[in-house]
Amino acid sequence: MDPKLQKVAEVWERDTAIVEGVDISGPWNRMFGQRVIWDYTPDLIEEIAQLPGGESFAWCYQCGKCVPVCPVDVVGDYGPRKLYRRAQTGINLLDSPDLWLCTTCANCLRVCPKLVDMVQIMPAAREHAMLTGRAIPAELQEALENTAKYGNPLGQPARKREAWVKDAGVPVPILHQIQRPVEWLWWVECYPSYHPRGIDASIALARIFNALGLDFAILGREEKCAGDSQRLAGERGLFEMLAEENIRTLSKYEFQHIVVTDPHALNAFRKHYPKLGGQYDVWHYTTLLARELPKLQPLLTKSLPYRVTFHDPCYLGRHNGEYDAPRQLIQALPGVEFVEMLRCRENSYCCGGGGGGMWLDSFAAGHQRRRLSEERVLEAVSTGADTLVVCCPYEVSRFEDAAKSTGVEGRLRVRDIAELLAEAMGLIGEGAA
Amino acid sequence: MAQRIAVLVEHLEGQPTDVTFELLGLARRIANTNGAPVEALLFGQGVRHLAETIPADRVVLVEDPRLRYLTPEATAVTLAALLRADPPRLALIPNTSLGMDVAAWVAAALDWPLIAYCEGLEARDGQLVATAQLFGGKILADVRIDDRPTVISALAGAFAADAMQPEPPGTIERRDPPSELAALHTRSVVLERPEAADVDITRAEKIVAVGRGIESKDNLELAEQLAQALGAVLAASRPLVDAGWLPRSRQVGKSGLKVKPKLYFALGISGAPEHLEGMKDAELIIAVNKDPKAPIFSVADYGVVADLFEVAEALLERLEG
Amino acid sequence: MTIVVVMEQVPDVVEELAIAPSGTDLDRDAVSYVVNEYDDHALEEALLLAEATGDEVVAVGIDTTGELDQALYTALAKGARRAIKLTGDFEGTWLSTRAAARLLVPVIQELEPRLVLTGVQAPDDLDGQLAPTLAALLGWPHASVVIGSQLVDGAVQVRKELWGGMTMTLELELPAVLGVQAARQAPRYVPISRVRQVMREASIETRDVETPGDLAPAIMRLRFPEEAGQAEILTGSASEIADRIIELLRARGLL
Repeated sequence: MDPKLQKVAEVWERDTAIVEGVDISGPWNRMFGQRVIWDYTPDLIEEIAQLPGGESFAWCYQCGKCVPVCPVDVVGDYGPRKLYRRAQTGINLLDSPDLWLCTTCANCLRVCPKLVDMVQIMPAAREHAMLTGRAIPAELQEALENTAKYGNPLGQPARKREAWVKDAGVPVPILHQIQRPVEWLWWVECYPSYHPRGIDASIALARIFNALGLDFAILGREEKCAGDSQRLAGERGLFEMLAEENIRTLSKYEFQHIVVTDPHALNAFRKHYPKLGGQYDVWHYTTLLARELPKLQPLLTKSLPYRVTFHDPCYLGRHNGEYDAPRQLIQALPGVEFVEMLRCRENSYCCGGGGGGMWLDSFAAGHQRRRLSEERVLEAVSTGADTLVVCCPYEVSRFEDAAKSTGVEGRLRVRDIAELLAEAMGLIGEGAA
Repeated sequence: MAQRIAVLVEHLEGQPTDVTFELLGLARRIANTNGAPVEALLFGQGVRHLAETIPADRVVLVEDPRLRYLTPEATAVTLAALLRADPPRLALIPNTSLGMDVAAWVAAALDWPLIAYCEGLEARDGQLVATAQLFGGKILADVRIDDRPTVISALAGAFAADAMQPEPPGTIERRDPPSELAALHTRSVVLERPEAADVDITRAEKIVAVGRGIESKDNLELAEQLAQALGAVLAASRPLVDAGWLPRSRQVGKSGLKVKPKLYFALGISGAPEHLEGMKDAELIIAVNKDPKAPIFSVADYGVVADLFEVAEALLERLEG
Repeated sequence: MTIVVVMEQVPDVVEELAIAPSGTDLDRDAVSYVVNEYDDHALEEALLLAEATGDEVVAVGIDTTGELDQALYTALAKGARRAIKLTGDFEGTWLSTRAAARLLVPVIQELEPRLVLTGVQAPDDLDGQLAPTLAALLGWPHASVVIGSQLVDGAVQVRKELWGGMTMTLELELPAVLGVQAARQAPRYVPISRVRQVMREASIETRDVETPGDLAPAIMRLRFPEEAGQAEILTGSASEIADRIIELLRARGLL
């Protein structure tokens, strides 16, 4: 035994124990001793910390600041501090459902004094779990296999990626058809190309771009998933494969900037494509439209009598620092009353879709009191808002499902900012041209 | 080669299966065009009484303890021996779990042509043409049957069992078991029934599925009644399972189970893509929904734009009344 | 000892299919290929068997698409020890099951496996399923629609699905051929980084083989089924609709 502990051990749980003149007899004197974890080894922490990206897992000093801001803890039992402690007490993260519950929302990192970085730890640990042959949740496996096969997690044919264009009602040039340089390459991404509610927002955005006279085009069937959420779910190899193909495709065309619908694509292009040789000037569409507000404002002619609140996408806000553009756009909508939720901006809650959560919905729901998306729509309703505004393609379907399952469906609409803008411009909805 | 059409009788636990009668009906229709006899091939042990119920011009009966179950090897070698000795024009074999083991084996062993997944067979201008269902049912192939004896592996449910009366067979001929049965490489066989405790919707032939249109948990009873009357099992879309109205084992869709029943009867399911992914391969989809724009109608074979309760009640009345 | 898994690539039926101008084949330029989903299950079942016994899994395929490498590398990444690819003049053609089986038999005989597994069926096996065809040509016992297997003392015990949840358990002497419907557990996931690593480190054995004579089945024409994919809407009163539905179910033998 460590000699430092000897003195304590000598008096532990003795019937009579007097230390420096103070009588601490009895079993309760254990509280004066330091608990030594000789039952456990640091092996499980080390196993994570030795992975490239996993290092900071070991830096946790258990202050617990992360737990109250962890969106998963709100509906469950989570947070980096808890994961560290569990590893310390013999629960292997690699074999635990905990491995798949983090959405990499980065709210813990924001408050962590030690920079324990789940955004890096989680993909590393998940990849390690996959490489060591551990089973992964079936929903996620299907999304990853679909992405590898079809270039999108929905398992939709690549050729159908541009099918929504014919319903847009406005020109949506496709680069392999027009063969000319454009100013803006619009990276539409998967859900806005295939999911019915995503397509609604894509059509709205296409009409706005046309109304603004933007010189843009899309890649259509040549576009593949940007792959960021797959990377965060542990599939670095798949991400690299997608990125290499996308970079190769992009190199065929001339454009000045990329505008993305999806904050996850924004994150991939800004932070990870450059490492693989893809350097682009990338904008989220809300940032672009906010810049165009002087031109946009006069077109917002229709008053929308809505009380709206706004959900900050993790990968737009905390990950990429854009909090203002969406708010500027919402506040430019005539007739709209804007209220903030308590958890907003830097401390925004998470919809549960990030970091692979989009494809772990039922799995996660099995380990939580309610879905993160459900928690969030209830918060939105509590503000008295009738409309929840979003600007990340994961969110429309997640929040609409959540509104149904929490029974607030009739009280809360979910709308992409693009849909509200287009509505105020008279481009969609009643009386649209 | 004779013009005779031979049909393998598939039976399980003392009962010929439905597809057997479908194939006998098909054989009869083809035979009617040229007066050829229909021959049923019945293998088993203690199945003489079944021969009486088989509507064919002739039932060839082979009985042997090793044929007690229609195991792949025993059935295939027996069938091959009979066909080799006296080749028919066509040998019809069901494209079922049992038939699949036999048809391709026999055709390869005899080096005869085989057309699998057959869903149509007719004489056109004196020529036999088979239609096969390929590529997940997305493509049909019309295949000319040449002059050689040909094995047809036919899909269950594709052919009508026919109005043909199940008259007693013309003749019953008993044949000796072929010598090949003496050298089988298949040892023991056990049949197992599914456990009754848990419903496995992935294996159900008929499914009644309910969605949010059902409105309240109390209304599930009506759906359950309808399912029972149809001989179907009850399944649901995600919202109902999430609400705890039905167990997760009944959930159809991306995050639930993928099903491929013969009948998928969707009540009040709008058809989110995640749901469609789990059931779009059902053979027959009938959807009832109030909303004419519900995406379920894009995958359904038949749609009903109406109040699901009215339709369900009208159906129940007919099925139970 | 050796377990052979036969893997093939087939047109992806998720994609829209087009018929070639000849009318007797798909438009192969417009087809994208995937591994036959049942072959994935066959591989998984083989790997599970091999993990229990220490057998060596060898993945064998006929490269009719020029794209088989990816499937074989994935098999290696999942745990197959060897991968063998048969190449020949048949690239881009519709190889019949019988022709494929004739190409495979000599390779299988050379490998002397105690078990051959392949998918129960494929979207394009017009002239029947591969497993029973191989069994007939090899003279080995077989079973199809296999949903589980176990190697026991000189034999393989297989569970074969019948219908309505009924199963038949058979014991086949070795060597034997299995047509796998579903592995005991869902096919495992192998991360792409592992596949890429395997592509750098492992190699696929290639054998040039003679093109068999009878390549394609005698197709007169291919066509699309008549249903256009949009529901036929039944109208009328609830009772008229109910009558119609019952009629439909009866006609299809569902009542």
